[in-house]
Amino acid sequence: MSVKLTTRQVGDVTVIDAVGRITLGEGASTFRDKVRELVGSGNKKLLLNLGEVSYIDSSGIGEMVSGFTTVTNQGGVVKLLNLTKRVKDLLQITKLYTVFEVFEDEATAVRSFA
Amino acid sequence: MAEREAAEAGTVEKLLDSTLESVDTAEEDVLAEAQKLGFDEDDLHRIGMSVRECMVNAVVHGNRYNARKKVRLFVSHAPDRLEVVIGDEGEGFDMNNLPDPLADENLMRHSGRGLLLIQAFMDEFQIRNREPKGTEVKMVKYAAKAT
Repeated sequence: MSVKLTTRQVGDVTVIDAVGRITLGEGASTFRDKVRELVGSGNKKLLLNLGEVSYIDSSGIGEMVSGFTTVTNQGGVVKLLNLTKRVKDLLQITKLYTVFEVFEDEATAVRSFA
Repeated sequence: MAEREAAEAGTVEKLLDSTLESVDTAEEDVLAEAQKLGFDEDDLHRIGMSVRECMVNAVVHGNRYNARKKVRLFVSHAPDRLEVVIGDEGEGFDMNNLPDPLADENLMRHSGRGLLLIQAFMDEFQIRNREPKGTEVKMVKYAAKAT
């Protein structure tokens, strides 16, 4: 199963709920397209909910990093929510845990954008 | 796809096409062997991801999706260890010249983390040039170290 992305607004924060796998091919490109679409339409406060993401490979990590850079360059912010242990391990191995702001509670994450 | 399932138990050898479908095939084949050794879910995940990363390197960077080039997958296991060898027919590369993905200046690069993940997830990792050309990666995971 590739990744399925749905978005919802919580105040001025756009929450992206991801379900499935973000891997080379369809999963990674779906994620890339969604981030570009959101930034292009003016959404600059993005909260990526990875609680239902079972698998991210290095290509998926690459797309997350590129998305972070794209949004940041447009004056926006990307934060992460609900990392599984496996995804958390990946971010620690790659030292990206120091780059992304990570939250375990959605309300706290949304408030942090204020 | 040419393939040969060796007569002895626990050995699989295949020649795979240079496609992303082969990445899935290799992961499934290796995990089928790994499950026989009793690895837990977390280690199966680490093994599967290492195989995917290695296969992607072989298909995308090594063989560059060339339909005339194959990826060789060899899987064997003893009671205490799983060994996976993946070889491509690409131009090869010098591992010493790869950027360090953990260096501050490289942290935000789009790619370059695959080998780092393989080395983190597997117990042994070796890479060598094939003759006449190509790259071969050997990975080992010990069942005794399964947690």
